[in-house]
Order: sequence, then C-alpha cells, then structure tokens
Amino acid sequence: MSAPAVSATGASVAAGRTRRGRALVAAERMNGLIDGLFRTQAALVYTFLYLPIVIVVVFAFNANRLATIWTGFTTDWFGIALHDGVVIKSLGNSAVIAFSNAILATAFGTMAALGLQRVSKRTRQGYDVLTYISIIVPEIVIALATLVFFASTFDVVNPVLASLQGGGKNVFKLGFGQFTIVAAHVLFNTSLVLLLVRARLSGMDRTLVEASQDLFATPWRTFRQITFPQLLPAIVAGFLLSFTFSFDDYVITNFVTGPGSTTLPIYIFGQVKRGVSPETNAVATMVLAFTVGMLLVGQAVLAWQGRRTGRSGGSMASIVTDR
Amino acid sequence: MTSAPATGPRASEGGRARSALLTGALLLPASIWYFALLVVPMAFVVVFSFGQKAKNGGYTPAFSLDNYGQVLKGADPFIESLKLASAGTLLTLLVALPLAYFLATRAGRHKGLFILLLVIPFWTSFLIRTYSWLIVLGKGNLGGFIGGLLGNPDFRLLGTPGAILLGLVYGYLPLMIFPLYVTLERMDRSLIEASKDLGAGRWATFRQITLPVALPGLVTGSILVFIPMMGEYVIPQILGYGRTFLIGNALVLDFLEARNWPLGSAKAVILIAIMLVTISVYVWFVNRGRQAREVSVL
Repeated sequence: MSAPAVSATGASVAAGRTRRGRALVAAERMNGLIDGLFRTQAALVYTFLYLPIVIVVVFAFNANRLATIWTGFTTDWFGIALHDGVVIKSLGNSAVIAFSNAILATAFGTMAALGLQRVSKRTRQGYDVLTYISIIVPEIVIALATLVFFASTFDVVNPVLASLQGGGKNVFKLGFGQFTIVAAHVLFNTSLVLLLVRARLSGMDRTLVEASQDLFATPWRTFRQITFPQLLPAIVAGFLLSFTFSFDDYVITNFVTGPGSTTLPIYIFGQVKRGVSPETNAVATMVLAFTVGMLLVGQAVLAWQGRRTGRSGGSMASIVTDR
Repeated sequence: MTSAPATGPRASEGGRARSALLTGALLLPASIWYFALLVVPMAFVVVFSFGQKAKNGGYTPAFSLDNYGQVLKGADPFIESLKLASAGTLLTLLVALPLAYFLATRAGRHKGLFILLLVIPFWTSFLIRTYSWLIVLGKGNLGGFIGGLLGNPDFRLLGTPGAILLGLVYGYLPLMIFPLYVTLERMDRSLIEASKDLGAGRWATFRQITLPVALPGLVTGSILVFIPMMGEYVIPQILGYGRTFLIGNALVLDFLEARNWPLGSAKAVILIAIMLVTISVYVWFVNRGRQAREVSVL
C-alpha cells in the first residue's frame, strides 16, 4: 500500500528543483517565521506576567527608603515588617478569616455537590442559577448587598438583644468584624468549591461505586474508600483557592469589616495609597512566598494521593484545564 | 432487566426517609448561605433602590423613582466603566488569543510547564500584582524610560486611564487564556490539514476553522473578564490614583462615605442591568454569526 505513495513523494522530490519545490521551501520558511512570532509573543506575555512580581521581590531588598529607586541590598525591611505590630495584627486577622472561610466553604461546597446528586433535575437547576449568580455578580455588588443586609439585621436584632440583657454597659451586641467577613467570603467560595467538586463528580468512574455496593459495602464505606479519594483533588484545590481568595480579598472585606478586624489586604491597600514603601514590599514578598509554598504543598498532596491510588491525581493546573 | 435501582432491595419506608434526611442535611448549609447572604441581600438592594436616604445616612422606606432619575442624570461613571471594560476585554483577547493558540498547538513538550506558569500568577495576590506596577511604572524605572523615549520628561502613565487599562489586562489575562486554551486544545487538527489540502491560505483557515472552533472559549473568556472589569475598584484606585471616576468608586462613595444607600442601591441595580444587557447582546451577536451551526455558544 505504501510503496506507490513513497514513489509518488520521490517523484515530487525529484521534480523538487522546479517551481513547486521552491514553493515548498518558501512555505517551510514561512512556517518557521510564524513559529518564531508565536514564540516571541509567548515570551513577551510571560515577561509581562512575571516582571512586576519579580520587581516587588527585588525591591523588598532595596536599601533606599524610596521604594522605586534602587540603591543597595539589605534584608532589614523584613525585620522591620515582622516587628510592626499592625502588620502582625492584620496578618493574624487575615489568617484566621481565610482559614475559617476555607474550612466552611470546602465543607459546605462538597456537601452540596454530593447532595445535588440526590435531588431532582429541577431542584438542581434552581441551585445552579444561585451558584452562578453568586460567582458572576461583581464582587462589589455582593459586598454592598451584604453590608446593607447585615446593617439592617443588626438594627433590628441589637435593640432586642439589649432589652433581653436588661441594659447596662457591657451589653452583648452583634457588629461588623471577622464574623461578617467570613460569612461574606463563604458565599462566593462555597459556589467555587461546589463547581470544582461537581466537575470531578461528573467525570468520576461510576462502576467503582457500583462494584463497591455489589460487594456489600455500606454507603459510608463506599464514600470513604471510593468516592472521597476520587474527589480529593477537587477538594484540595477548592480549599486552597478559597484560602487564597479570602487571604487576598480587599473589596468585600472593605465593606463588611469592623473596628479591629483590619486584614492584610486592607493594610497593604492603605499603605500603597500613600506610596509604596520597602516595608510593604517585604510584607508582599512574604505573602507571595507563602502562596507559592501553599500551591506547591497542594501539588505535592495531589501527587502523593495519585501515587497512592495508582491514578494520576490531577494537578493544580488541571482545575483550569480539565472540565 | 429486572434489577431494581441501586437502593432498591433495601429501600424500606424508613430507608427512604433517612435518605431524604441525608440529602437535606447535605444541602442545608449551602442553602442557608444562598438564601441569607445572596437572595435576601439582593432583595434588600432592590427594595432600597426605591427608598429614601435617612437623615443620618442609611435608608427610610418610601416608594420613589428619584434615585434612578438621579443615576440617569449623572451617568458618567457608567459610561467610563463601559468604555474601559470594553477596551480591556478587547485588549485582553488580542493578547490571549495568540498565546492560547501557541499553547494548544505549538508549545511541544514543555506545555505543562507553560500552563503552570500561567496558573501561578492566577493564584497569587491580585492586590500585590496590581500595586507592583506602581514600582515598574515609577519615575525611576519604566515610567521615566518611556518619558525619555517620548522626549517628554513630564510623561506619566500612572494616574491615567492608560494605567488602569494596563492593570485590567494584566490582572485578568489568565481568565481569558484558560477558556480559549481549553477549546483550542480540543480542536480537531485534521480540520486544519483538510483546510490546507483544499488550498486555503493561513488567514482563510484561521477565519473559517480556528476562530469558529475557539468561539465558545472566546465568549466564556470575554464574559469572565468583562464582568469583573465593569465593577473593578482596586485597579482604578491604585494605578489610576482614583482620578478616573468609575462605578466602583461611585458605589464605595455612596455606601461607605456618603452613606446614601438608596442612591447606591439604584446604581447597583443599574450596573447589573447593564451587564445583563451587554452580555445578552454579545451572545446574541456571536450566535447570529453561526446560525448555520447546530450548537449555540452557551
């Protein structure tokens, strides 16, 4: 079968010093040129994406007080940042908020994804609408709606609480703070985890679950030994995404924060509005190192899980590349 | 096939009740959150938008359309935001499309690494990545350099809409690349071969094969990018020095400073309406172009 084809190609090569041959060479050259253009564009985009991040890290080691002009190398700013009470306080607030948010959102989102498998199509579609709305509505609208809601609720509830406690100075009342920030963050992140886990569920191998049931495993055992390990990459990714979202959020936090619950982004935003200082760069560098570290830990967990179950466990990148 | 459904043989009355209880328990927390922190607050905003400002800020019940009238009279922030978000979406698309195409078809064996390198900025702090441009564009660095190139020492990019646009493209680029990459990656390469065999040039192949295939990703990416750009607050504040007055600024001003909640609520309602209309028109426009095809992009 292939012999005639080869001889046909041979013939065309033999005729290669003709016009057609030159056209082929030109096409080849053109292809190389276009490939070069694509590579150049890619290199430029990656430079564009990474240059500013690198610059922040570099300028965290800058001896000059003016953060935008390089004069010499120092690590002093890290020490100064770590002894700054405000930085430490807001870092602590951010960590508590991001962690509580990630735990709650991961639990709620995973539970809802599992629950939605067991309801009618109509209920599921209704849920989908809410999930997408919570993700698609701009952050700032969610933020102001939450503010309005909490403020109005507190206006009603606090007088009742006060009268129940019989007045006095140290009346317990509801107010803005860590609680309201977490509540607002959990909404968005629950939807995020829900979508990630559901995508994984829909791509899951049902035969394993059925085999497990046929072998008389209890539903709980089937979940623990079959379903959960398969969902783990999505759950880990959801947890990490929720954590980073919350740790980084400015807009929602700015609306529903209260006295004493300044978070790191609020602190950084305030600093940057007055001009970038090397201390801010040092704080930013530590945050970047922490985030990338977390990403690597997540990646390692997934790799370990993949080896343990003999399956490719997916990667952090796969949340955006597989659907 | 006489086999009963999965729970069949053991499904007694009690079992079914327990199963329904479990379903309810699994859905309960998310349902509470969706109801109390999405449905109810959104309803509050709609109701408030017809109300009046209380004396010391906040809201008094009323029914008037005054807030909407006032918003329509001062529509500048909306127009500014629409302009910037549209330009930002288009620019992001222009930067993302070649890269996504490169990743999907030409990146070779380092593709995984290239994608990981896109994911990392996507995971790192948006706020830090935004303010980093203050240093990059600062007078001692690129800002002064560009000024020198233009022969204008007073040239400033920071504090202008140009800087905001740059920040928008920078911040949302990965969100555009990922959906484009996913659709292009699934493209049937034999279509391109066929097109070439039939004598189509590069441009014809791109326009008639690649672009239609990439269209769903293009639409998803544009929507994912356009919506947050419309409501963006951090980038205009930091890179634009808050000088360009956008919807985000207007909302923060109304809610946190002037405490005129009814007016702010009306603006929020209009913002959502504008976005719904823009996206519907966009999807309609894109779908119209491919009516011959059997699938819609959404």
